[in-house]
Amino acid sequence: MLEIRNLVVKIADEDKQILNGLNLTVNDGEVAAIMGPNGSGKSTLSYVIAGKEDYEVLDGEILLNGENVLEMEADARAAAGIFLAFQYPLEIPGVATMTFLKAAMNAQRRARGEAELLTPDFIKAVNGAADKLGIAKDMLRRPLNVGFSGGEKKRMEILQMALLAPSMCILDETDSGLDIDALRIVAEGVNALRDKNRGFLVITHYQRLLDHIIPDTVHVMSKGRIVKTGGKELALELEKSGYAAYVEAA
Amino acid sequence: MSVVTPLKTAAEQALSAQFAAAKAELPGALPVRKLREDAFAGFEVRGLPHRRLETWRYTDLRGLLREARPLAESATISSAVRSRVAALPAGGVRLVLVDGVFVPELSTLEGLPEGLAVHSLADALVSGRDDLARILSGPGVASTDAGLMLNTALMRDGVFVEIEAGTEQAQPLTILSLASGEDERAIFHRSVVLAGAGAKATIVEIGESVGSAASQINGAIVFETGDESDVQHVRVITRHAPATVQVQSLLATVGGQAKFESFALVCNAGTLRQQHFVRYAGEHTEIGLRGVNLLGGSEHSDVTLVMDHEVPHGTSREMFKSIIGGEGTGVFQGKVIVRQHAQKTDGNMKSNALLLNDGATMFNKPELEIFADDVVCGHGATVAQIDGEQLFYLMARGLPRPQAEALVLQAFAGEAVEFVQDEALREMVMSEIEAWLGAREASSVVSAV
Repeated sequence: MLEIRNLVVKIADEDKQILNGLNLTVNDGEVAAIMGPNGSGKSTLSYVIAGKEDYEVLDGEILLNGENVLEMEADARAAAGIFLAFQYPLEIPGVATMTFLKAAMNAQRRARGEAELLTPDFIKAVNGAADKLGIAKDMLRRPLNVGFSGGEKKRMEILQMALLAPSMCILDETDSGLDIDALRIVAEGVNALRDKNRGFLVITHYQRLLDHIIPDTVHVMSKGRIVKTGGKELALELEKSGYAAYVEAA
Repeated sequence: MSVVTPLKTAAEQALSAQFAAAKAELPGALPVRKLREDAFAGFEVRGLPHRRLETWRYTDLRGLLREARPLAESATISSAVRSRVAALPAGGVRLVLVDGVFVPELSTLEGLPEGLAVHSLADALVSGRDDLARILSGPGVASTDAGLMLNTALMRDGVFVEIEAGTEQAQPLTILSLASGEDERAIFHRSVVLAGAGAKATIVEIGESVGSAASQINGAIVFETGDESDVQHVRVITRHAPATVQVQSLLATVGGQAKFESFALVCNAGTLRQQHFVRYAGEHTEIGLRGVNLLGGSEHSDVTLVMDHEVPHGTSREMFKSIIGGEGTGVFQGKVIVRQHAQKTDGNMKSNALLLNDGATMFNKPELEIFADDVVCGHGATVAQIDGEQLFYLMARGLPRPQAEALVLQAFAGEAVEFVQDEALREMVMSEIEAWLGAREASSVVSAV
C-alpha cells in the first residue's frame, strides 16, 4: 500500500514549488488513475515517489507498506517494490538489454537478501515475459532502448515491470507516443500483472488509456494537489467537460 | 645579432652525456649511426619538448623529466617477467621485449606461420638493408618531433616484423613490452611492422611494468603497409608505477585501398604521451584511430594525432573516450591535414570525456587544416559528467549508484571498443576496463562507508 501524506515538493535548485500538500492512498490490488492538465505536477509526483534527486521534499511523507521511503535512494526504493515506467525511457548505448535486465534483477535480489538468479532461469523468465509482450529476441540483444520505436520502448518498460515484480507500479504517461495497437499490447501487459497484492498508479492526460486499463479510482490533480476523487466514470466526465473547472477549484 | 642559447636542464645534459657514451655501442650500420647522430643533433637544438611548443602544450616533458634515468642496456628477466609472459593467452605468435630488449627465449620463433618473418630490431639495424632509414623515419609530419628524435638516437632494440604480400595472419601477433621495474631505468625501444600488398594481420602491443620502480619509457612502433593491406593494431598500456613517464610514438604509412585501424586502451599508466603520425600514401584508404583512457590519481594521458591526407579519397575516423577521476588530466590533440590534392577526403574526429569529480581535467584540441575544397571533415569534442538521467533510470531499476555508474561508464568506453574487430581482443580490452571500473566501484563503496 502506498500512502502519501501532505507532500510538499519544490525543484531543488529553484524556488518553484510543484506539489502543494498532496494526499493520496493506493491500496494493494487497486488501480488508481491520476488525471490532470499539463503542469499540474503529475510527472513530478512519479519522480519523487521513485527517488529522483532533482527535487527537494519540504514536507510530508511517502509510505510504502508503512515504511517511509523518502530517506532511501532510488535503488533501495526499487528493491522495496516501487517501479516507475518512464514516460521517456532512457537510451543507454553500449549496454545490452539482457545485461541490464540481469543486473537489475540480481541487484534487487541481493538487496532483499535473496540468491542471484542462475543464467538459465533468467533467460527462461525473460523469454517467457518477452513472448507475452511481442518483444522479439533481436530487441533483447540490442543496446537498451537504443533505436527502439516509442512503442518498443514502452513494451520494454512493461517487460521490466513483469520481471522485477514490484508491489507498486507507477505508469507515467505510458500512452504517450503509442498508436492504437501498441496501446492495446501495453495495456494487456499491464492488465496481466494486476494482482491483489499489487497497486498501480496510472498517470495520464487522456481517457483513452483508461478504456484499456480500467481503473478502480480516478483522482484529478491540479496545481500540485488532488482536487477530486471518484470512480472510473470520473474519467469519462473529464473527457467531456475538460479540466477547467478543477483548475479553477484548485 | 644575438644568439640565444637556452640553458639545458639537468636531464638534457644527462641525455647528451648518455648519448655520447652509448652511441658507439648502440646497434646500427653506418646509415643508422648517421640517423642517430642527426636525430640527436636535432634533439639537442630543440631540447626536451615543453609547454611553449604548440604540439606539446599540455604535456610538459621538460618539466616532467627532472632527471634522466640510466639507460637500460639489457633485459632483467625476473620471475615476475616470466610469470607475466606465461599468463599471455595461448596461441598466436608472441614477441617479448624486456626493458626494451628483445628476448628470443621468451618469444615464439619456431614454426612461424607462412608469410611471417621476425628479427630483432638490433639485427635489422646492423643488416645494412638500404630502405632502413626511410622506414625508420616514417611520415614527414613526424620529422620535427623531439620526443621521436630521442627515440631514434637511443633506440636499443625491438622487433622487426615482415608480413609477406598477399598473406593473411590468422592469429594475432603479440608484442609484449615489459619494464622489469626492478630499478629506475630509461628504456628506448622501437618496433617495425612491414605489411606487404594485400597482407592481412592483427598486431597486439601490450606495454606493462612488472616491478614497482618507475621507468622512463620512450617507445615507437612503425607501420608501413602496402596497397590493399588490412592491418589492425590493438594496444594496451597498463600496470605501470604512478611515477612512470612514457612517450609512445606510432608512425604509420598506409598504402592505397588499404585499411589500418589502431585502438589503444590506457589505464594505470602514470604519465603517458601517445603520439600518432599517420600518412595516407595511396588513394581510397580507410584509417581508424580509437582509444579509451581511464585516469585516476594524478595520472596524465595525452593523445596527439597528426593525420596527413596527401592523396584523394582518404577516409579517417578517430574516436577517443576518456574517463577521468581523481586529479587526472586527459589531453586530446587531433590534427587532420588535408592537402590541396586530397579531394574527397572524408574525416570525422571525436573526443569525448567524462569527468568524475572536480579535480579532473580534460584538454581537447581538435584541429583541421584543409587546403582542398571538396572534402567532408568534421570534429566533435565534449567534456561532461555522467548523465544524471541515465543514472536515475538505472537506479530506479534497482542498481546501486556505484554499479549504475560503472555500467554507464562501461557503455561510454564500449562505444570505442566496439571497433576492435577480433572478439577475443575485444573481450580482453573490456575485461581490463571492467577491472578498472570494479576497482573504482569498490573504492567508492569503501569511501561511502
